[in-house]
Amino acid sequence: MSNISPAQSVATQPLAGPAAGAAKGVAASSPPARTPIGARNRDRETWIRIVFTAAGLFSVVVMALIVLFLFREGVYLFKTVSLTDFIFGTAWYPTYDPPDFGIGPLIVGSMSVTLVSSLIAVPLGVGAALYLAEVASPRVREWVKPGVELLASLPSVVLGFVGMVVIAPLMQEMLDIPTGLNILNASLMLALMAIPTITSISEDALYAVPRDLMEASLALGATRWETLTRVLLPGALSGVGTAVILGMSRAMGETMVVLMVAGGAAQIPTSLFDSVRPMPATIAAEMGETPFGSEHYYALFAIGIVLFLLTLGFNLVAAWISGRFQQKGAATL
Amino acid sequence: MVDAPEPIISVEDLNFYYSESQALTNINLKIVRSQVTALIGPSGCGKSTFLRLLNRMNDLIPGTRVEGRVIFEGVNLYGPEVDPVQVRRRIGMVFQKPNPFPKSIYNNVAYGPRLHGLRDRAKLDELVERSLKAAAIWEEVKDILHQSALGLSGGQQQRLCIARAVAMEPEVLLMDEPTSALDPIATARIEELVKELKRNYTVIIVTHNMQQAARVSDETAFFYMGRLVEMGPTEEIFTRPRKEQTEHYITGRFG
Repeated sequence: MSNISPAQSVATQPLAGPAAGAAKGVAASSPPARTPIGARNRDRETWIRIVFTAAGLFSVVVMALIVLFLFREGVYLFKTVSLTDFIFGTAWYPTYDPPDFGIGPLIVGSMSVTLVSSLIAVPLGVGAALYLAEVASPRVREWVKPGVELLASLPSVVLGFVGMVVIAPLMQEMLDIPTGLNILNASLMLALMAIPTITSISEDALYAVPRDLMEASLALGATRWETLTRVLLPGALSGVGTAVILGMSRAMGETMVVLMVAGGAAQIPTSLFDSVRPMPATIAAEMGETPFGSEHYYALFAIGIVLFLLTLGFNLVAAWISGRFQQKGAATL
Repeated sequence: MVDAPEPIISVEDLNFYYSESQALTNINLKIVRSQVTALIGPSGCGKSTFLRLLNRMNDLIPGTRVEGRVIFEGVNLYGPEVDPVQVRRRIGMVFQKPNPFPKSIYNNVAYGPRLHGLRDRAKLDELVERSLKAAAIWEEVKDILHQSALGLSGGQQQRLCIARAVAMEPEVLLMDEPTSALDPIATARIEELVKELKRNYTVIIVTHNMQQAARVSDETAFFYMGRLVEMGPTEEIFTRPRKEQTEHYITGRFG
């Protein structure tokens, strides 16, 4: 750039040949393409901030409104039914005269399918995660992990369908029981839904445990299994714990599967092969046939409140676990 | 190699391959008991790979292949009947980056002995104390044994890792650039410690730092491009190397 005139060298704008040529005409008086510091950029940033804030708040506000609505409709029930009768009552006959609104059997129904499905899903899900993180070769992992995650994308109605037309008759025949639509069947289907959640989150957590630690353990003469159980799993505990709770919360809130395969009997079960009527199934089944503003209608909303509080509880526990053990997991260098 | 004392490890015709590429070629050397042997050489010369071969840590890398023999106390470590887990219990290792477990200081040191089946509380206490003393960190941590090891400084963590290895009472201690992640003061302490350790252990240390090799070791082996160029008493290697390549490296002409 030997041909630069003094005027140009003063104007800081041109850095390259062509730009220098273009700038020539206006050089001295007004340097082109220079926004005043601040002003317009700040305007634009304010707008961007407003748009994103609105987007962020939107879901929170909608959530708050839904909860508000849920509670507003639900509390009407308690004008006529006491809270203890509602929660601990063992008879759910909402259409009798006089009706009974005891959701004890429904709560027990929800709890039992959640518990049994976790008993199935947790060992399988965590086991699959350990397999993917530690045993599988990279090639296998590449195929199996998306496969497991694909399981999560199965519409629940499809799983319900499978449980209804495949598993139920099979179970009924093989075990010689009155109905195949029962706790075990529903739990199996729910477990299939929870496994991908558990596996995927656990596997991420296991993978995040530094390889250094595993080497350290092996170098001390630990076997692979000892390293797995004493270093890898404890290191991934927060992630695995979170995964388990989220999987359970998914099973708790799931509607379609339990509606289709849990059998729908509002009774307190005494065996794995009893039919139950979990809370989400109750709401889904009965809402359509309930007169707006009736006691029954309010009762279903009240069930919604209970369900909401339970899943909220699960999620809070999950958040607490991941927060509590996080430091240990992440601060490892 | 002057009137060679009894070797604890002898390596014979060792070749090592990562899938297709050969990382070590025809290595022959002897490690002398109760001495510090330094492995030096430019990056990628195979010195760390060689170190990890001595306690079969390279087994963990898929697609690797070993030829030749590593004789440790009369046994070929690559013999078919040898269990790598047992090898690692007798040949300990300290890594480049301090890697304490996210457990308490006490549990870090007790980890190995517990694997062995040592459950007796009093014996464990005693062993932990002895190991921490051997690693020259006891005074600093004796009041915080049950706090997380992650709260220690980098240099303290590395000494803890040495204590953890020492708690296994190994015969040989392998150190893979143990001070490369540490500041000069922490480095000096580790070097002191290495000199102490050779009373009870045979130490093999990989280092990038030639002054360090000169300061701490009795024997030095110079690796270049996967071959052992020269090995001998440290003083000789640093003052009158026999090979030109060694001289070029130690005078800083390459590396």
